[in-house]
Amino acid sequence: MIRLEKRPEPSRFWTAATPILAVVLTMIAGGIMFALLGKDPVAAIRTIFWDPLFDPQFAAYSRPQLLVKAGPLILIATGLALGFRAGVWNIGAEGQYIIGAICGAAVGLAFYPMESWIIFPLMVLAGALGGWAWAMIPGVLRTRFNTNEILVSLLLVYVAEQLLASMALGALRNPEGGGFPGSRNLQQYPSAANLELIPGTGMHWGVVAAFIAVIFAYVLLNRHMTGFHIRLAGQSPRAARFAGVNPTRLILLCLGISGALAGAAGLFEVSGPAGQISIDFNVGYGFTAIIVAFLGRLHPVGILLAGLLMALTYIGGELAQFMLGLPSASIQAFQGMLLFFLLAVDVLTNYRFRIGKGAIT
Amino acid sequence: MNLGAIDPVLLIASLMVAATPIILAAIGELVVEKSGVLNLGVEGMMITGAICGFAVAVESGSPVLGFALAALGGAAMALIFGLLTQYLLSNQVATGLALTLFGLGVSAMVGQAYRGIKPPATTRIDMGPLSDIPVLGRILFNHDWMVYFALALVACVWAFLKFTRGGLILRAVGESHDAAHALGYRVVPIRLLAIAFGGACAGLGGAYISLIRVPQWTDGMTAGAGWIALAIVVFASWRAGRVLLGAYLFGGITVLQLNLQAAGLPVPVEVLSMSPYLITIAVLVVMSARQRGAAGSAPAMLGRIFHASS
Amino acid sequence: MNETAPLLRIEGLTKAYPGVVANSDVGFDLHAGKVHALLGENGAGKSTLVKMIYGLVRPDSGTMSLRGTPYAPVNPNAARAAGVAMVFQHFSLFDALDVAENISLGMDNPPPRRTLSARIREVSEAYGLPLDPTRRVGELSAGERQRIEIIRCLLQDPKLLIMDEPTSVLTPQEVDILFRTLRQLSAEGTAILYISHKLEEIRALCDGATVLRLGKVVANCTPAEKSASELAELMVGQTLHAPSREGTEVGDTVLTVKGLSMAAPHAFGTSLKDITLDLRAGEVLGIGGVAGNGQDELLAALSGEAPTARDAVTLNGAPIGHLGPNARRALGLLSAPEERLGHAAAPDMSLTENAMLTASQRKHLAHRGFLNWAAARRFAQTVIERFDVRTPGPGHAARSLSGGNLQKFVIGREILQDPGVLVVNQPTWGVDASAAAAIRQALLDLAAKGAAVIVISQDLDELMEVSDRFCAMNEGRLSPARPAEGLSVEEIGLMLGGAHDMEVAHVAH
Repeated sequence: MIRLEKRPEPSRFWTAATPILAVVLTMIAGGIMFALLGKDPVAAIRTIFWDPLFDPQFAAYSRPQLLVKAGPLILIATGLALGFRAGVWNIGAEGQYIIGAICGAAVGLAFYPMESWIIFPLMVLAGALGGWAWAMIPGVLRTRFNTNEILVSLLLVYVAEQLLASMALGALRNPEGGGFPGSRNLQQYPSAANLELIPGTGMHWGVVAAFIAVIFAYVLLNRHMTGFHIRLAGQSPRAARFAGVNPTRLILLCLGISGALAGAAGLFEVSGPAGQISIDFNVGYGFTAIIVAFLGRLHPVGILLAGLLMALTYIGGELAQFMLGLPSASIQAFQGMLLFFLLAVDVLTNYRFRIGKGAIT
Repeated sequence: MNLGAIDPVLLIASLMVAATPIILAAIGELVVEKSGVLNLGVEGMMITGAICGFAVAVESGSPVLGFALAALGGAAMALIFGLLTQYLLSNQVATGLALTLFGLGVSAMVGQAYRGIKPPATTRIDMGPLSDIPVLGRILFNHDWMVYFALALVACVWAFLKFTRGGLILRAVGESHDAAHALGYRVVPIRLLAIAFGGACAGLGGAYISLIRVPQWTDGMTAGAGWIALAIVVFASWRAGRVLLGAYLFGGITVLQLNLQAAGLPVPVEVLSMSPYLITIAVLVVMSARQRGAAGSAPAMLGRIFHASS
Repeated sequence: MNETAPLLRIEGLTKAYPGVVANSDVGFDLHAGKVHALLGENGAGKSTLVKMIYGLVRPDSGTMSLRGTPYAPVNPNAARAAGVAMVFQHFSLFDALDVAENISLGMDNPPPRRTLSARIREVSEAYGLPLDPTRRVGELSAGERQRIEIIRCLLQDPKLLIMDEPTSVLTPQEVDILFRTLRQLSAEGTAILYISHKLEEIRALCDGATVLRLGKVVANCTPAEKSASELAELMVGQTLHAPSREGTEVGDTVLTVKGLSMAAPHAFGTSLKDITLDLRAGEVLGIGGVAGNGQDELLAALSGEAPTARDAVTLNGAPIGHLGPNARRALGLLSAPEERLGHAAAPDMSLTENAMLTASQRKHLAHRGFLNWAAARRFAQTVIERFDVRTPGPGHAARSLSGGNLQKFVIGREILQDPGVLVVNQPTWGVDASAAAAIRQALLDLAAKGAAVIVISQDLDELMEVSDRFCAMNEGRLSPARPAEGLSVEEIGLMLGGAHDMEVAHVAH
């Protein structure tokens, strides 16, 4: 009989080793899945994890994409992780991302065609504020009426998607777009464009913001009282109250930060890689960021690495779709599987397996 | 605008159809939550059920077989969740989310081959003269068998929880797993059964969408129904009867806004489309504000990890 | 004593957990119609032993026999089927369910609800334990909750009844009633295994006793023939020194609570009703009471976790009722709640982090919100050294410490911050005797240095040992304080509110 036995304290080794183990297990299980789809599993795994970085034919295009895709994931996941650490479950980052993009783009478009250096910073601010405000809805409902923030934040994603549709078809539609849905292309509006900062790297302001967010979160969690309170509130809410933490303020803070970061990520995306507000400019980064946050063990540095890895699966997935005809949805299943394995092996951090002695009869 | 085009009888009849997937998913989740487990993966299990049911019905030509396999598919997904949360003690919120993300991915992958196909039609139950009764006949006695199955299921769950010893044990496990364990009840197997039941119900709900309500396959076609089912469990204060009320309320709004769109109400389509979600949120707020003062009606162990330390 | 065959014979039972042998070669006999005590400190292995008898834990080796036939219950249902019933100390009632449902869950073949309710009334009257089958359990007092468990057992007509620390939640008068019920049962032929560390009770009630220390049987004796201090020595293995105290000057009033009322924080909590007390420098005020009568809520109101009306609490003349925990700490009012893991300390955090938890202000462990972990580590180290906390170092998680060591850390953490007023709730609950003695001594020393101390406890012996004045909590009210010296057990019992809603006729004589 196999039993679980709680460790006296969390294992440091397994804290670091579980994400790696989860990735390996996912590659194995994913390989089996690809084999079932009739694809060569080894080729598929290599196409996803190796070719985007090292294949001479694709690397030149793929490598910059790594930062382009990782940027928003890291930015959103860093904010989400703060909340998850505190036991505040914002799973509606996708909605905050959309609203941030709408608000930021609206500010930029309002200035069109004026040119000024101030426009882009104002857009970033508006994007962050939009995401913050959207996250405040579940925040205020939770703190005032004790409404479950998981459900509200998630339901608001659907509302945000409808708003996006209405904006792309209505208020923000390009007046010179010949009636097609979608806004002006911000990439072609210099003061509002979030351009590649160093050519060939994929580095844009969103990526810079992501790195800053990681450093900020690291300092906050490890060196500052607020971060200490966040960790405390997540681990033992009563002890947090005893330590003087005001739960209402903490919930609003966590939702606010994660909303603002998601909103900013949306703005960076819409003014950069996506270029315009369109019905489906969002591609689910807000949800994938949840996986990134857990894969990174809710630790800022871990999230940085996890974001890069998850970006790789996106790029590799596209490549595999193109090269091997792998269904595009399979990469989403692959990512979900990764989260499953991570949660499964996570048990090793706090427990150890024992082969129990046979019971007497 | 032409509000006259809305036929109230048809509206109520289609409300019952619109509510059915929510009823199925919510009544399953209610049983799961009563056992003290919070499975946020309802959306993932529904969409899995939707594609399983659709694929099997198309391949076999039998909607009944489709529904059966949808229930199995949902239960299988739920058991992944059960394995992780009950044996490997993973966080229930995170695992539920993983289930949703995984379910959406897998279903889209499998569903590629089934886009643009029509499934075989599900038979209506012939109620004979009953369906000829004016008004009532069209509202109540003119549906496919799944509508009645869902209603029967709610009644069964209600009776099970209220009158049977199994129901009492299930509630006891949800109120205090330590006490239940100390009395010799096997907490983990009981919860696994509840989780599997919840998954099967969600699977049926998903299949109802793909086989009857829509009926065809599109990626992510459950469109938040799983999340709304979760909200309705809260709305229902964990009582089976009120699940019906919540689901009909939601179904009514969905159908009404579709009708209003068709009637050309001078309100943007998007506002009407988002109204079911907004109203769900509003209802959630009212209920949670009310439940705050009273003795909590949520099962005390909801979402808590059980590990028998001795 | 007629030497018939024993009802239950235990031989060589051994059970090991990683790092600790909970029971080693334990054996003794139980006879029908006798009350047998199982005596030992916290951690001596009593709980493990009874869990094995009740089928919750399986022994690694050893045998049991019931009425001469081998007995190895695989689960509690098997134990119940064999006629073994158990009244738990914790964890076996469901707050949201009603009395009849709770009792039904503890039976293997419960009768239909109506029959069951009638049976509950019948049995509860026969044994003088009134109980309404339709009440929700969460609304009942600790004594009433225990009655449910006892009746649940009695309905099954047990041959052996195990009682795990049954009196820890009862007032003295309720203890009398319980003992009467137990004597009635044993006169009817039921064997009772009575687990306790309260020596006087065991001397009054039990026919025989087995003393456990560190998982081993150290003695079998007849309790009535031993003195309480002899039993204590057997149990602890060493002679304990009662805390010593010098007569100290009692100073000015430092803390005043006036007309403090507070709604219950959650559905099954207790509301505080018009609480008034004053506390002077250099004294220890003991607050007694049965669990669940508002002690947790009072601590929360004093610590600042549950802020109240501005003027309800004053410290050194300044109103502080509206302030939160940190503002109160800054003014010198510190506290240590009952629940160590999860309230006074965060289980998964290191001792260094747990030092930061309450000491960041008074020990200057943070500057403008930025944390000085080196200073926190030094402070944690100081607490560990000064309070003899057994741990490899401050980097270890709080949950890795034993109850006594963690409690010493928690109390030490507050005391070393030089409080003006310290409020502690159940400072020695579940702590071994030597740690308990050390903690009590530390509290007395603190008062001797001029601090004012409030000790909230359910252990009356402890309160009598440390208090200068004593008051009692009952259903959210606080009695006026009386000098502790010279108070008799009966007087204390009456202060605690007697036997709750027990029939007065049954009690008063």
